[in-house]
Amino acid sequence: MAKEEVEIRRLKTAQDIVRFMSDYYHELDDATKSGKRKIAWCTSVGPAEILRGMGFLIYFPETHSAMLGSTRMATELIPKANAIGYSPEICSYLTADIGAYLQGVTPLSKAFPGIERIPGCDVLVFNTNQCRDVQDWFAWYSRRFGVPSVGIETHRNIGKVTPMHVSSIAEQMESIVEPLERIAGRKLDMEELKNAVALSRQCSDLWEQCLATAAAVPSPLTFFDGTTLMGPAVVGRGTQKAVDVYKLLLEELNERVTQKVGVINNERYRIYWDGMPVWGRLGMHSKLFAGLNASVIASTYCSSWIFSALDPAAPFESMARAYSELFIVRSDEYKENYIKEKLRFFQCDGIVYHDAKTCPNNSNCRYGLPLRLQAHTNIPSLIINGDLNDLRFLSDEQTKTNIEAFIEQLEESKN
Amino acid sequence: MNHCYVGVDIGASRTKVAVLDLKKNLVGYNVRRSGIDFSKTAEECLQASLKMAGRTKADTAGVVSTGYGRKNVLFAQETKSEIACHGKGSYFYFPLAITIIDIGGQDNKIIKLDEAGRRTGFKMNRKCAAGTGGFLEEMAFRLEVPLDEMSSLASRSTNMVKLGSFCTVFSATEVLENIRSGKRLEDIVKGVFFSMIQRVLEMDSLTENVVMTGGVVENNPYIVTMTEELIGRKILVSKHPQLAGAIGAALYAIDLFPLKSEEL
Repeated sequence: MAKEEVEIRRLKTAQDIVRFMSDYYHELDDATKSGKRKIAWCTSVGPAEILRGMGFLIYFPETHSAMLGSTRMATELIPKANAIGYSPEICSYLTADIGAYLQGVTPLSKAFPGIERIPGCDVLVFNTNQCRDVQDWFAWYSRRFGVPSVGIETHRNIGKVTPMHVSSIAEQMESIVEPLERIAGRKLDMEELKNAVALSRQCSDLWEQCLATAAAVPSPLTFFDGTTLMGPAVVGRGTQKAVDVYKLLLEELNERVTQKVGVINNERYRIYWDGMPVWGRLGMHSKLFAGLNASVIASTYCSSWIFSALDPAAPFESMARAYSELFIVRSDEYKENYIKEKLRFFQCDGIVYHDAKTCPNNSNCRYGLPLRLQAHTNIPSLIINGDLNDLRFLSDEQTKTNIEAFIEQLEESKN
Repeated sequence: MNHCYVGVDIGASRTKVAVLDLKKNLVGYNVRRSGIDFSKTAEECLQASLKMAGRTKADTAGVVSTGYGRKNVLFAQETKSEIACHGKGSYFYFPLAITIIDIGGQDNKIIKLDEAGRRTGFKMNRKCAAGTGGFLEEMAFRLEVPLDEMSSLASRSTNMVKLGSFCTVFSATEVLENIRSGKRLEDIVKGVFFSMIQRVLEMDSLTENVVMTGGVVENNPYIVTMTEELIGRKILVSKHPQLAGAIGAALYAIDLFPLKSEEL
């Protein structure tokens, strides 16, 4: 029933995002070569604003790993890390990235001509809100490079975010300032910090508005677009450039909404995606859904870089709150209600959960949530087994059969 | 004209073709190894089925293909997923709210239908051979027992040997250990079936009425007996459980390609 060829409308602003990412990596590369700016490696939801307040350039290894996945280099590199004692069942971002380092390769060199290696590193800064693996990942580089790794240990299973949560995270954030200042060779500038927090908030608000345009019928945006369009929200938050590029994106998306232009021509089914993307299959999955007249319009994953609590008037406290309000650290009850609201807002017909073998924290289907949610919403769900980076955990044929059968099921229920 | 409808189910292991007449009677069928040339196998299977039905290709009013190789059936006008076809084929014989357990050569499915035959959910096995026909074939090979003797051997067991592993390769090692330690072949084979059905039953919950389909069920009736013992109730099995998907595909063909009145 899937069509062989299907038109998927690309966004013009995607080219601006590509240029943004190119400039970002070239700036890091220039700093690495010249040694004129300090570079901090930071986890994707780490305290980037603090680092900007000290003049660090920031490199996010998770984006590098996502590139290893999308270029399908990861599966060949993961065994290198397995061979030095890192299990094939732990985070395949970690194993792919360490494997790439051991092999001396990077997708940056092909994507951005002129760049030959990953950025230099003066310090590693983590927040375990993503998972504990980021800490182990950074610990490996810390030993390898002989540079410090500092970080924040998050709370988990948070129902309501309380003052206790906020104060304990804020305290941890304040406690990393002094060691970071020693590496930066300068003091934290509170005005720069507040400015970074303000720009992060603007970036977050714009990104949230961009994602919300997918509520329109037909949707001007898909999850598959979102996974690459979110680059600036990850690596550029706290900068004016990220704000500027999202203003352009929002303008284009709103134009599509006004003109009722969808990503695909015949949007018959609207799907919510929970969990990580399968980076090495973005194109394949995008075409598969589109060929079935289905648009995957919203996701938990792309919304992970929305930080509505950020407030420049109270930088540490608001960062602590924003990073504790994240979906990934919340209780299952919160997660259920969150997804339920998203299904309503985006008018979804079905939900696909990606059970990523090496990413338990982003696989929300392992403790009965799909059946509970289905009972509440009557919206059918499907679980597909795979992985973010390690394609050895994926069966394309099974995924295809599952998705085709799921859309058939939605079709039956509509008729 | 002697019209008929055809369903083709190309599984990873076997290709099945079913021919239905206009009254939805099964008038021809054929099953053979899928091999490596799915198109050729489908064609051969079709010819054999039509011959059995006393029809020719010119009599076919519609063909729907399903299964792993569904896109390789050159003479099919439409494709449907095997989930849809197993559901349709099973509901045709058991028009109830049912849970279908399909055990195929490469994958297992649990499909739930409501009383109107609408699908309410389905699950397929993970990327793993445990619990599939492939697992049974591997164990038969290790035990040097012809595949078609496994069922009757298991039925003669008096003291089943339990296999503990999820993994086909590790299970094979366990089987060898049990042979070395002098366990009876019948008891080991029953353990193999028990392991298979456990892997399937842990995929999903079951509703009251359970139907079993697939080649493993057709060729190993003991697995039905064992499942009945495990779930504590009778299981519904059609006359040709291996053809459920092909029959479902043929039923879709009837829906999709109705004859015009002048053709009847």
